Amino acid sequence: MSGGAGYGGDPRIRLLEWLPWLAAVAVFWALPEYLLFGARILTYVLFALSLDLILGYAGIVTLGHSAFFGTGAYVAGILAARLKLTDPIVLLLAAALAAGVLGLATGAVILRTRGLTQLMLTLAIAAVCLEIANKATPLTGGADGLSGVTIAPILGAFRFDLFGRTAYAWCLIMLFALWWLVRRVIYSPFGATLRGIRENRVRMDAIGAPVYRRLVTVYTLSAVIAGVAGALLTETNQFVGLNVLGFEPSGELLVMLILGGVGRLYGAFVGPLVYLIAQDVLAKQFPQYWYLGIGLMLVLVVLFARGGILGIVDGLVARVRARAAGSRG
Amino acid sequence: MILYVISVGLSVTMGLMGFTNLAHGVFAMAGGYVLTSSLGRFGLPFPVALVLAFIVVALGSVVLERTLYSRLYGAAELPQVLFTIGLIFMATAIAQIVFGTLQQPVNLPAYLKGQVPLFGRDFPAYRVFLIAFSGVIIAALWFGVERTLWGAMVRAAVDHRAMAQSVGIDTRRLFALTFALGSGLAGLGGALGAEIIAVQPTYPFEHLVYFLIVVAVGGLGSLRGPFAAALLIGVTDTACKYWLPQFGAFFIYAATIALLLLRPAGLFGTRT
Amino acid sequence: MAEPALETRGLCKSFGALVVAEGIDFKLVPGVRHALIGPNGAGKTTFVNLITGRLAPSSGHVLLGGLDVTGLSQAARVKRGLGRTFQINTLFRDMTVLDNVALGVAERHGVAGRLWRPANGYRQVRDEALELVVALGLEDDASRRVVDLPYGKQRLVEIAIALGLKPAVLLLDEPAAGVPSLESHRILDALDQLPASIAILIIEHDMDLVFRFAQRITVLVQGEVLCEGTPGEIADDPRVRQVYLGERHA
Repeated sequence: MSGGAGYGGDPRIRLLEWLPWLAAVAVFWALPEYLLFGARILTYVLFALSLDLILGYAGIVTLGHSAFFGTGAYVAGILAARLKLTDPIVLLLAAALAAGVLGLATGAVILRTRGLTQLMLTLAIAAVCLEIANKATPLTGGADGLSGVTIAPILGAFRFDLFGRTAYAWCLIMLFALWWLVRRVIYSPFGATLRGIRENRVRMDAIGAPVYRRLVTVYTLSAVIAGVAGALLTETNQFVGLNVLGFEPSGELLVMLILGGVGRLYGAFVGPLVYLIAQDVLAKQFPQYWYLGIGLMLVLVVLFARGGILGIVDGLVARVRARAAGSRG
Repeated sequence: MILYVISVGLSVTMGLMGFTNLAHGVFAMAGGYVLTSSLGRFGLPFPVALVLAFIVVALGSVVLERTLYSRLYGAAELPQVLFTIGLIFMATAIAQIVFGTLQQPVNLPAYLKGQVPLFGRDFPAYRVFLIAFSGVIIAALWFGVERTLWGAMVRAAVDHRAMAQSVGIDTRRLFALTFALGSGLAGLGGALGAEIIAVQPTYPFEHLVYFLIVVAVGGLGSLRGPFAAALLIGVTDTACKYWLPQFGAFFIYAATIALLLLRPAGLFGTRT
Repeated sequence: MAEPALETRGLCKSFGALVVAEGIDFKLVPGVRHALIGPNGAGKTTFVNLITGRLAPSSGHVLLGGLDVTGLSQAARVKRGLGRTFQINTLFRDMTVLDNVALGVAERHGVAGRLWRPANGYRQVRDEALELVVALGLEDDASRRVVDLPYGKQRLVEIAIALGLKPAVLLLDEPAAGVPSLESHRILDALDQLPASIAILIIEHDMDLVFRFAQRITVLVQGEVLCEGTPGEIADDPRVRQVYLGERHA
């Protein structure tokens, strides 16, 4: 079930693709105590989706995606806490705009580079964002984080309650909307171009594709989505901490995405889900072993199971099908 | 100076083997731990501890290289990045489990503590020692690369791997050796710098950016580049922290970004 | 006489002290099949890279249909009607044959950057790509991934992609290279069927292919043009024989 059907494939949403949404809606009623946690998972799924767009489809390796996530989170937080602009929809739009501008500016610049230099620049940009947030205490709350963030009810009617019901539903709706958008992009000619760029950049140049322009476009789009994810987190937690910036969230996100499977659209769903649940269960008990386990898993995945969980599933499905075909023949 | 010793190995490894090894900081950290353990737990004399740091890390890196790294030669950037990040996580966790989360105390021998009068001013003895010793290492390294056969082979392989292979240079062994050397140097650097750069489990993460900056700014595969870069960074960092503490490391990052944009191959790099 | 479809004037390229192209003057006339031959290391692929814009020349000019394109990017030259195949298969391995060709066709139609409608809704692109795939005898493989095809068929995909660009000038860099002799007839058939309106420059080592296919031949040795003429003239030229020292394929 790899993403992007290209010119020969069928873009309609398959039945199987509705499952995760049904499950997510079911959770709303079935597991009311976990809704805040669930909302957090949903924001990370969105964040992972934004990364998958550039990493899995366009093939840009970045360690600094947290810059956009954090920018979105902080912009939302600052507008709410300092300027008393508390409408959740406005905050999302502002975060999207800020992250998009940052994405466009940085993307235009770093996408002219390759290899280590590009990687370095993504890290440096994320580091700069972290430094700014750290030092601009009057604005961002510095190392203590930004508190005093209050969010107005959505559309004036749905208050953000303590149990996270509104937050969960809100995140789910936004995730659905943006997922639908991303899916459209992936199945469009533009999406096919992205895959081409990832597969063989030399060939793309040779068929006259404006590669740079395409990359900047998808990078900006990805930044916007990451920014919205960050803002959603702020709205859910009503707080912004420094931990939304820097290498850690970027690295963690990378792990989540690899775990789920890169370039498969749904790896972004599976990865954060598995990771965050596992973290919640295991990390509390054995914090040091958690990192050891993550590191080990990462190494093993890279060496043996490149496609992540979904890759393993695909492999199993293929084997089952082959066996069925064999026994029939 | 320390930054250079640690990072030069990374520059050569990445330039030579085309392998994005973000876990280089792990080797430095390992060196630091070897040193502090030797001094603290085993009470070994300082020079012995230093040598031990170099050897242990170099050997360890060879093991790692043969078993794990070599599988990923020629793989795309992403798997290499992920792999080395995974290593960082594991190493950090192991360090935490074995040594605890606190910074390791360094028991310097008496002859390296205190002040040393030089040029009419008092300098901390250890710093002087560091600069002198690093200078020796650097000189030895440059000599080795410029004059010896090994150095020539390394330079040839950095410039053009396939060509070097066709001339009969056993690149696999060369890689292993150079990797060991680079990592050993990192270990040594970590050991030397233990007094200044704290030896604790979060070491590789915190300083990853700096190592990469030195290598990226200096240029992959070159020796002089990281030297200039490390020098530049060290000076700029100290200056900025002294005069403009509100901005912190901001300038370093901004300067790095600016520099990389102007010269993507780094100051002295031969390839990106 | 009409303008040459492709022309180079005094094209030079050196990497430091290494000179790989020296004052190459070359003209490709529309509709003519022109072959470029020369011993290994003569600089043939470098020449192609200079023409397509992958390499910038140290001096000299490249003209496409009379227009000086020396300063233009690869993509710009493609838009002006320049297409090429690569000596080593440079394909989108994980994508289907159809997609491989469609990507180029879509670029030409100017729809490749569209974000909204699904790709397979662009009927003209799809149909045109399919036509090309069929024309090269690959209709059974249209939905298969390139990586699953035998090397000879991949070579055909390489040609199909270039044709999808509807180039006025087509540069074929050793189209038969690496193809097992059992399959090379496919390549030859494909070359025979290329539209007569395209100006074609083919780089090849296989002398049988060259003499069967080419109407004019240029011999390149160590970055310089040794001689140029009809196949008959070239075959009789003693200098050429000397250069090759009997490298003719049996």
